[in-house]
Amino acid sequence: MATKVNDFVLHVATANGSGSQSSNNVLVRSLFRMGVPVTGKNLFPSNIQGLPTWFTIRANANGFTSRRTDCDVVVAMNQASAVQDIQSVKPQGYFILTDTIKLTEEQRRKDITIFDVPFKKLADEVSKSAQLKKLLVNMIYVGVVARLLDIDREVMQAVVTDMFKGKATVVESNMNSINVGYKWAEDNLDYKNFPLKAQSVPGGNKNKILIDGNTAGALGWLFGGCTFVGWYPITPSSSLVENFKAYAEKYRKDEKGNNRVAIVQAEDELSSICMVTGAGWAGARAATATSGPGISLMAETVGLSYFAEVPAVIWNVQRGGPSTGLPTRTQQSDVLFTATLSHGDTQHPILFPNDPSECFEFGQVGFDLAERLQTTVFVLTDLDIGMNLWATNEFTYPDKPYDRGKVLSAEDLKKVADYGRYKDVDGDCIPYRTLPGTDHPSAAYVARGTGHDEKANYSESPVVYKKTLDRLKGKYVTAKKYVPAPIIDKQEGAKHGILAFGSTDFAIPEVRFMLTQKGLKTNYLRLRALPFTKEVDEFIERHDKVFVVEQNRDAQMATLLKSEYPAAATKFVSILQYDGMPITPTHVFKEIAAKENMV
Amino acid sequence: MSTTTPASAPAKTNRIGLEKSDYAGGKSTLCAGCGHDSVTNHLISAFFKSGLNPAKVAKLSGIGCSSKTPAYFLSRSHGFNSVHGRMGPVATGVKLANPELTCIGVSGDGDTASIGMGGFVHLLRRNVPMVYIVENNGVYGLTKGQFSATADLGTKSKSGELNPFQTVDLCSLAIEMGCTFVARSFSGDAKQLVPLVEAALHHHGTAFIDVISPCVTFGNHDGSTRSYDAVREHIKALQELDFITPFDEIKVDYKEGDGQAVEMPDGSWIRLKKLDQRDHNIKDATAAMTLLHQARDKGEILTGLFYVNENGKDLAETLKLPKGEPLYAMNADKLKPSRDVLIKIMQDFR
Repeated sequence: MATKVNDFVLHVATANGSGSQSSNNVLVRSLFRMGVPVTGKNLFPSNIQGLPTWFTIRANANGFTSRRTDCDVVVAMNQASAVQDIQSVKPQGYFILTDTIKLTEEQRRKDITIFDVPFKKLADEVSKSAQLKKLLVNMIYVGVVARLLDIDREVMQAVVTDMFKGKATVVESNMNSINVGYKWAEDNLDYKNFPLKAQSVPGGNKNKILIDGNTAGALGWLFGGCTFVGWYPITPSSSLVENFKAYAEKYRKDEKGNNRVAIVQAEDELSSICMVTGAGWAGARAATATSGPGISLMAETVGLSYFAEVPAVIWNVQRGGPSTGLPTRTQQSDVLFTATLSHGDTQHPILFPNDPSECFEFGQVGFDLAERLQTTVFVLTDLDIGMNLWATNEFTYPDKPYDRGKVLSAEDLKKVADYGRYKDVDGDCIPYRTLPGTDHPSAAYVARGTGHDEKANYSESPVVYKKTLDRLKGKYVTAKKYVPAPIIDKQEGAKHGILAFGSTDFAIPEVRFMLTQKGLKTNYLRLRALPFTKEVDEFIERHDKVFVVEQNRDAQMATLLKSEYPAAATKFVSILQYDGMPITPTHVFKEIAAKENMV
Repeated sequence: MSTTTPASAPAKTNRIGLEKSDYAGGKSTLCAGCGHDSVTNHLISAFFKSGLNPAKVAKLSGIGCSSKTPAYFLSRSHGFNSVHGRMGPVATGVKLANPELTCIGVSGDGDTASIGMGGFVHLLRRNVPMVYIVENNGVYGLTKGQFSATADLGTKSKSGELNPFQTVDLCSLAIEMGCTFVARSFSGDAKQLVPLVEAALHHHGTAFIDVISPCVTFGNHDGSTRSYDAVREHIKALQELDFITPFDEIKVDYKEGDGQAVEMPDGSWIRLKKLDQRDHNIKDATAAMTLLHQARDKGEILTGLFYVNENGKDLAETLKLPKGEPLYAMNADKLKPSRDVLIKIMQDFR
């Protein structure tokens, strides 16, 4: 078998809570520092301890780092999933098996190479403590894998040192364990002829960082000027707020040690969004982060924000639905629900970041839009973006000033003849607001979720009511001018288009590469926001077919597209994946190829 | 009716030069004789007497008859008539975004004790600095007379139904939740309610006032424990209250006499004169609970100030928010870390 350099899928099966997280991080981060394009995905159960969990690492010299299910190497450390794990090795692949797992001769596949590693015995070498052995055994498999793949040991040493900063004995015991595994592999396996190798790429990953989307989003909030967070813990969004809290502790203190942000853990999502709406009404840049069930609970208040025109930002880190669904799995299945969340006629701007770098950027963009448009702005990520490690572009420092929207001060009001809170003065359907506390006789108004006129007085007049609804519709149209435009990538002579968004994006370059090899050229539009902008109009207009790739069962984005572009409805061909796992390019390719009769 | 001529006519303007009409609001659309309209008038009186600048007040409410009332007072203040049961969390957000605002929330028994119970108890736990008033009539007025969670066990609805469920006593609940100012009053008792609201406006933390406010349309019949007649028959005021601000010229030695006095953080005082044979120490939460339970067992509607604690930590303090520098007004210069900080942070992700 010819050697493949920087092109492999490594899959590790362990039990949840066994401490494999750090070990897997050492592997991913070491490859990343070697300059190899890499991602690491944690496929974990909704459980604290005991259930099977997997970590899948894909390195690919071409930068194709989406998930693949055909694994080159599988490390099996968990008896409970071993029979299933051995099936995930691709033919001629490798299965690294701890000798404590018993497989029958029949279960031991003959078309793969199985390395039986005495992990238990090796663990005895590194510690006497049963508890430590349980943790350190994970570092031993890191050593075995590192020897086989040729992962740079100096890089690993640096990674481990940084990871356990300031804890010399922890660094030592972890490195010692790695070395024990490394040595065992050197002595017992034909590592020289192992066909998969990692090789340093000079200058590789130079302007990249390895980070998850929730941490990136938290930093986006920090730099984007978030001053209020009301939240309720829910997987997979909790780490966004927790990270924000940790960064705010460090970077949002004034000289006296006071906090330049208020973070309140609410009693439920009903309250968290109400707190955010109250804070937004009073003029703060306020946000919450949640996931599916939380979005359901927030629906009523989102309608209030829409109708009373109060800025709010909601990050929805999507998980598998419906109901409690799959809390630790990924999906893009809240698109349709979110787009018109709440009863009555409502429409909301939505941002779809595709990776951590864009999560950072949309941190500020979300607040800018919410304050500009005086409404709830959603940012839809998903568990894959939010909780997995991505080699993403370094964050660009946000130089753009915060857009605080149309707010009139007491001073401004002196120049306004007949102020009305809901009057469309500029013809863009966005009225001017005043904040509570504005000391001017015409500043005050009562914000309400009931029918109201331009002066915010209660009104049941059919004329006034319809006018308000029409203006709000107009405001949604105005939003097109402010939301991030899609990113389009073209191939000469392509007649077919692909449209995708969010975490699906990372599969698309590889899909297009595979399609090109089979002779199908495509243009690609990565949607970054709702409402649809003129670039989307043109893209649909120019293609005879548009494959809409998304991670849900009901083709939710395609449904929105068909409703927005009824004349083009037959152009949309849905390609769907909705098993809760991050999307794979292989699946998308196969689906498109089948629809095009290419196979 | 006999009248006495006051020694001097009450001042037309308050200490910031505003007249009482400057604290008025829009015209009420509630039923004639509604207890809530009386509460509205007492709120106007209390705000006028307090000398607060209405522009620096925020009025919050949920949904229901009571929640309509913020439109009927303080038209110079911003108001937020939010969604059913959510006045509390909305107020929490408003107050934290701008702690310089005096926040007053007006809610009802349905809004607070049924749909909004979750938000209510947690607001009290957090000690959000605000005045929280419940206009309590035991019925859902806007939906025509269904029982609310504060309806007394066995009270009769207008349609003749008897309430089979235990009532929620908001005052003892508030004390249990750690509320630092707990009082009950009656919409018809201006003498008691006005100083209570004044005191509440000066309280450090959440000031909760449960105001019994009869519903003339759906709760004013025989068999209802909240009709005007039933309330007048069973009501018992614990104390006579006076509220004295540092701007008042009255000099009294509060340490003496037959009452208690509480000093508020801003130097104002609540003076309480005993009206009842019971000796109640308003700084004793346990005693207040006992007092409330005993009153309820007797079928008595006990009013007055039950518990006050000026030494609690309010939410803005717990969260260590900067004083004199509200969050809403902060901009990038205060909020956005430097380019170097970003570079430094990114080092952790290589």
